[in-house]
Amino acid sequence: MAAISREEVAHLAHLARLAVNDAELDTFAGQLDVILQAVARVGEVTAADIPPTSHSVPLTNVLREDVVTPGLTRDEALSGAPDVAEDRFRVPRILDEEA
Amino acid sequence: MTTTAPSTVEEVITRYEPVIGLETHVELGTRTKMFCGCPTEFGAEPNTQVCPVCLGLPGSLPVANKAAIEATIRIGLALNCSIATWCRFARKNYFYPDMPKDYQISQYDEPLCVDGYLDVEVEGQTVRVGIERVHLEEDTGKTLHIGGATGRIHGATESLVDYNRAGIPLVEIVTKPVAGTGALAPAVARAYVTELRDIIRSLGVSDVRMEQGSLRCDVNTSLNRPGEEWGTRTETKNVNSLRSVERAVRSEMLRQAAVLDAGGKITQETRHFHEDTGETTSGRSKETATDYRYFPDPDLVPLAPDPAWVEELKAALPEPPRVHRERLREQWGVSEHDMQSIINAGAVELIEATVAEGASPDAARKWWLGELARRANETGVELAEVGATPAHVAELQRLVDEGKLTDKLARTVLEGVVAGEGSPSEVVAARGLEVVSDTGALTAAVDEAIAANPDVAQKVRDGKVAAAGALVGAVMKATKGQADAKTVRELILSRLGAA
Ligand SMILES: [Zn+2]
Repeated sequence: MAAISREEVAHLAHLARLAVNDAELDTFAGQLDVILQAVARVGEVTAADIPPTSHSVPLTNVLREDVVTPGLTRDEALSGAPDVAEDRFRVPRILDEEA
Repeated sequence: MTTTAPSTVEEVITRYEPVIGLETHVELGTRTKMFCGCPTEFGAEPNTQVCPVCLGLPGSLPVANKAAIEATIRIGLALNCSIATWCRFARKNYFYPDMPKDYQISQYDEPLCVDGYLDVEVEGQTVRVGIERVHLEEDTGKTLHIGGATGRIHGATESLVDYNRAGIPLVEIVTKPVAGTGALAPAVARAYVTELRDIIRSLGVSDVRMEQGSLRCDVNTSLNRPGEEWGTRTETKNVNSLRSVERAVRSEMLRQAAVLDAGGKITQETRHFHEDTGETTSGRSKETATDYRYFPDPDLVPLAPDPAWVEELKAALPEPPRVHRERLREQWGVSEHDMQSIINAGAVELIEATVAEGASPDAARKWWLGELARRANETGVELAEVGATPAHVAELQRLVDEGKLTDKLARTVLEGVVAGEGSPSEVVAARGLEVVSDTGALTAAVDEAIAANPDVAQKVRDGKVAAAGALVGAVMKATKGQADAKTVRELILSRLGAA
């Protein structure tokens, strides 16, 4: 059985706002399936005494003091914006979504 | 089954039981943001408190703010939570321009604090509100929708984004469902948010100002028939004052009861609360659950708060507001019933501060619960926002105590203060409201009144002291109410040899 279905790939593409056509869906579903199956092999060797790894370095509590550090000027901040209005980033409205 | 919609909560609970839940977001008052060193000052020019980290520029890396972690643990401890010994931040992925990274750093299945409670007093009863979790995340940027009529996205053609707020530490406090409170549900919701606000303020970790958005509240409400399973809940957003928390629950209870009475079904959805009407309107439907694809943020290493540090923080917690209030109650010499009125009016800290400014507890209570509470009610604002400060009230009472203002004049002065005309002394000077205490001027007014009313004066001379009232009235009229009636009366009696 495939590790990921064509429908799941279509759903993920929608969530990531990627325009994927039918031919591409077939291609990606196949490719992703191979990748997932390869990764799944790791599961075959896990043991109960090995916790899942989410971070590659064995560190905890990397924290900073609450001290202001210089950031960007407004012009610098807006320099990479596709469009600017009223000192703000101007973006197209997002259809039918409200956070 | 009734055919008319219920008009009171009492009527609703004859047929249904409410279950409420509250999600509260508190912006922490740290100097810098959660994962970068950008300042967090309120009201700065757009996009002037930003850096590569909070703008999500490639190659930037977040580092967690120790003060924010500490503040969150202290909030958790004050809410009787267990503190995680190990937990991770997670990415909450969503497609919306208020976060430039296209994800918000939050906590998912490993919150920093879990399983606590908060006891609140409502109408003489103690209600225990369970706390599900307290977790830490980052606030989003502010979007301004252009082209729409109301700043909402409907009808808007584009959005303008300011990322100053993006990345400010935000603590989310989620209650367990609160059932079994019946008609008290709206009051319980308000009491909970009030108590939570007081606790957080006492910790000094946030200014918790609802009107500035540093404390924001979402209210979940559902109804079920007695003995049946809990009903479908709605989530009311945009609840921006303590009064609105109560109104939002009440309004949802009435609305849902009407729908259920008519044989309808409640849709699980987000609803928007409108301050002007006190009602909610339908927002986004939640039929399709949002797929946030949470996963541990690989850029941030896990948190493992040292239990010894947590114990230290616990030992150093301030006196809880409830204990503090009981101590104040004894100091002020008020009954439990009167203290409850003070709490309900949101006047505890105001009276405390007014006493600290030199007023007596009785005088402070009189002004805040009298004139000012009435005024706040009329204008629909919180007492603290009514326009007078504790320093103003203490100064006003000082002027009364010094005989410079009568009680009646003081009320007029207070009107001026509330209207923003300045401090009591400034209002007195500007409006010329000072008591006529110049004995010469007052004696002249008294003599004039006696001369103008010879019959009345004669009655007083003959021993009918009660008749002096008419003369007092004449003098008060002549001094435009700015004389102290008691002084005037004494002066009249002494001039007429009746004293
Ligand atoms: Zn920043």
